[in-house]
Amino acid sequence: MAALVELRDVVKHFPGARSLGEIVRGRHPAVRALDGVSFDVGARDAVAIVGESGCGKTTLGRLMLKLVEPTAGSIAFDGAALSGLSGENLRGFRRQAQLVFQNPFEALNPRFTIYRAVAEPLLNAGIDRAEHMDRVASAFRRVHLPDLERYLDKYPHQLSGGQLQRVVLARALVLAPRFLVADEPVSMLDVSVRAGILALLREVRDAMGLSAVYISHDLALVRYLCERTLVMYLGRVVEDGPTDEIVRHPRHPYTRALVAAVPVPDADQSRAPLPIKGNVPDAREPPSGCAFRDRCPYAMRKCTEETPRLKPAAEGHAVACHLE
Amino acid sequence: MILEVDGLQIEYATRAGAVRAVDGASFAVPEGRIVGLVGESGCGKTTAVRAIMGVLAENGRRAGGRVLFKGQPIDEATTRKHLWRDIAYVPQSAMNSLDPVYTVGSQLVEVLTRRGNASMRAARARAAELFDLVGLSESRLADYPHQFSGGMRQRAAIAMALALNPSLLLADEPVTALDVIVQRQILDMLRDLQQRLRLSMVLVTHDISVVAYLCDDVVVMYAGQVIESGPVREVLNRPRHPYTMGLRNAFPDLMSDALELVPIGGSPPDLSEPPAGCRFAPRCPFALTACETTPAFIANGALRTHVSACLRDAETDTLRTAALDPATWQRSSNYAMS
Amino acid sequence: MVERAEPIAPARTGFPLLPVLRRMAAMPLKDPFAFTGLLIYVLFVMVALLADQLAPVDPLEILFTKTGKLAANVPPGAEFWLGTTNLGRDIYAQLVHGTRSALAVGLSAAIIVSTVGTVVGLVSGYFGGAVDAVLMRIADMALSLPFLPFVIVLTGFLGADTSNIVLAVALLLWPNSARVIRSQVLTLRERAYVEAARVTGASASRILFVHIAPNILPLSFVYAAIAIGWAIITEASVSFLGFGDPDSVSWGMMLQDAFSSQALSRGQYAWFVPPGLCIILVVVAGFFISRGYEEVFMPRLRGR
Repeated sequence: MAALVELRDVVKHFPGARSLGEIVRGRHPAVRALDGVSFDVGARDAVAIVGESGCGKTTLGRLMLKLVEPTAGSIAFDGAALSGLSGENLRGFRRQAQLVFQNPFEALNPRFTIYRAVAEPLLNAGIDRAEHMDRVASAFRRVHLPDLERYLDKYPHQLSGGQLQRVVLARALVLAPRFLVADEPVSMLDVSVRAGILALLREVRDAMGLSAVYISHDLALVRYLCERTLVMYLGRVVEDGPTDEIVRHPRHPYTRALVAAVPVPDADQSRAPLPIKGNVPDAREPPSGCAFRDRCPYAMRKCTEETPRLKPAAEGHAVACHLE
Repeated sequence: MILEVDGLQIEYATRAGAVRAVDGASFAVPEGRIVGLVGESGCGKTTAVRAIMGVLAENGRRAGGRVLFKGQPIDEATTRKHLWRDIAYVPQSAMNSLDPVYTVGSQLVEVLTRRGNASMRAARARAAELFDLVGLSESRLADYPHQFSGGMRQRAAIAMALALNPSLLLADEPVTALDVIVQRQILDMLRDLQQRLRLSMVLVTHDISVVAYLCDDVVVMYAGQVIESGPVREVLNRPRHPYTMGLRNAFPDLMSDALELVPIGGSPPDLSEPPAGCRFAPRCPFALTACETTPAFIANGALRTHVSACLRDAETDTLRTAALDPATWQRSSNYAMS
Repeated sequence: MVERAEPIAPARTGFPLLPVLRRMAAMPLKDPFAFTGLLIYVLFVMVALLADQLAPVDPLEILFTKTGKLAANVPPGAEFWLGTTNLGRDIYAQLVHGTRSALAVGLSAAIIVSTVGTVVGLVSGYFGGAVDAVLMRIADMALSLPFLPFVIVLTGFLGADTSNIVLAVALLLWPNSARVIRSQVLTLRERAYVEAARVTGASASRILFVHIAPNILPLSFVYAAIAIGWAIITEASVSFLGFGDPDSVSWGMMLQDAFSSQALSRGQYAWFVPPGLCIILVVVAGFFISRGYEEVFMPRLRGR
């Protein structure tokens, strides 16, 4: 069965700020946010994209929703290339693919009432006014915000972070989309509130049969939400496989370091030194060959010369590493 | 004990009246240990630390309680006048508060010469020493803050805090904004500092995993009060207060097989009108009627022992078993609304 | 949940005109400076509207005394409140009627400048790309022209008509507001809720209209108020230099008249001080109002 979302060799470069020396020398260094990413998201899949800041995961999320155009490569939704969409087709896409934001306080226009904010997608899609109330009510029910009337006339600043995030989710769901991208959906929420939102995301996904992509830097969270995880480093996918496998038997050296670095609520956890050196290199001039080779404890000569491609290493588990 | 906090009460004057951000916090920091001060936003942990340091906002004041540093009572005035060398504070956005127009090295040297009365040469040598202590290369002294990554800036901020050889370091969310690998490196560096310098530390954070990794003891705060404290292993493995039990359930553990995340229903109380009685009672699945009328917080901080403010402490083992069952929390009337 | 017959959706879902206007109107009530400025404006508007009633004399009419002599340089008194010019014209009448031309110039310039500036700023900031590049190059060119010489040259080509002066002023002033509004749009465009609007399928015009423009309006008002002052001063300067409209009565023209007939050496303060004062008053009033809207736009934190 064809995948719902297909990415092929997606590249995204941003023009970088130039120093005087570079201007004089006529150099145009670009920030290579994404450097050739390919993967599929099937119907009802929950895929996580994890990585540290600068790995390109946020850019990838925005590309998948056509908020940003790729420099090269293609993205297709339900068989149709995103680059070719316009007019009615584009509006159709927008009805089916939605975004949940990181910062619930900023995701809603502070001057709109809650009702208006959640009803806006219906307006944009040209849905008949008479249906708005029902649809908004049903979206509110899905996110477990009882007593709809209590919220309708309120403004964002009157709600708590957790309630706001539920409203943001309601807005994303009001058009019954097929595909949801959630960018760090709980990172700005209080700890005791996070669990509620995560449980809600899981429930909604199951109930509505959505395909979802979760972007996060938090591996622990991702393990709770997604069956499959992609690990990114400097604009490339370095590992792609079942979340459990990635966490328990990470194959890529970066993934190993990432997993080892996550603290757990256990006072007896390992404090062994991480199998990684140095710092993240400048995204404008990534190392040749494997982008991770400067920091990899196992780097070989081959790693400098040849960029490793993502190859299957086990059932449904691919790794981009010359060690495999 | 290098630091003892006893019934601390901090009030903020707001347009809506006085708000007690901290209402009876008690804990102690043994010398050479790292104590984690953990709780959600609004629980008063940042306020407590700022009060100890003497850097409360203009409308904040200490309304009661006392703070003892090395056995001597201190207040904001004494801290500011005498103790700014001995107690160091790394505030929440320290890494963003480096002056962008001066090199990091010169900012460090300025602290050493102005506040530490060192000579330029001695200051430069010490700056290099401090950088080495925090894991930064000496050549980086000549760089500007924008040339540093987030993790490096945080290290520089810690180096500045250590410049005058404090015996106590107060760090507010020092690793929250950092990537996980950098976070781990900073935490390791802090542990290294503890061992090398016999530095005592109070680490304020909302993340119990960080506390589990780095801290020796933990103090749990809720709604302006300390509700549980003790050695970290005990508090995390055998929590005695329902809030701590709930917190454990709400934190995903990367390595555990359990995939159930159980939220604590409801939300923290509004501190402008704090509930009478136990402040966690409205959200607690084990609350009895008595809990709603009897205040429940730790009134004097020991720390070597594991104490909890729960009124049902005697039944703690039974409660703990029940807390492990998600149904206990789901039955609570506040469950859906958080 | 109670079933309702009527949906409780709010009636308006487009540009929030009433709330925005209400906010704009409420500002002077909170800021004493802006309130004073508004009062001054209102005063001058009343004078302009009632000019014929307040000074039922043709300001350009040459007047004669009862004895048949030219009523030249008559000092201020009961008959001529501010005296007369060296050609026997009633200064007070000139002052009052001059208000009309001042306000006409000021308001028309303000409307053109703020409209053009806002539209260009919105389009340039939101769409970016080639459109932005072209518009900003044009703006740069306009900004590089020296103000007064350009106005003079333009009126030289098109004729010394007040409307040409207004045109020249507008042509040179719009880039300021356009650039500032554009940079504000650039910031707003990145806000999460604007992104949310895009994701939920809002069209560009809807985003501009409903999400961005309401936040820009205070800035437009700021520049409108500034433009009024600039236009009046420019017109006065141009008239003073002798390049103004000879058929219209304006404060600048009064100053030019007084200067060229050496009113200062005759001590005829009542001739040139009032128009100068009026110019100052109107410009300062404009400044106060613009300062008030700037505060609406970027509130400074004043204590708790």
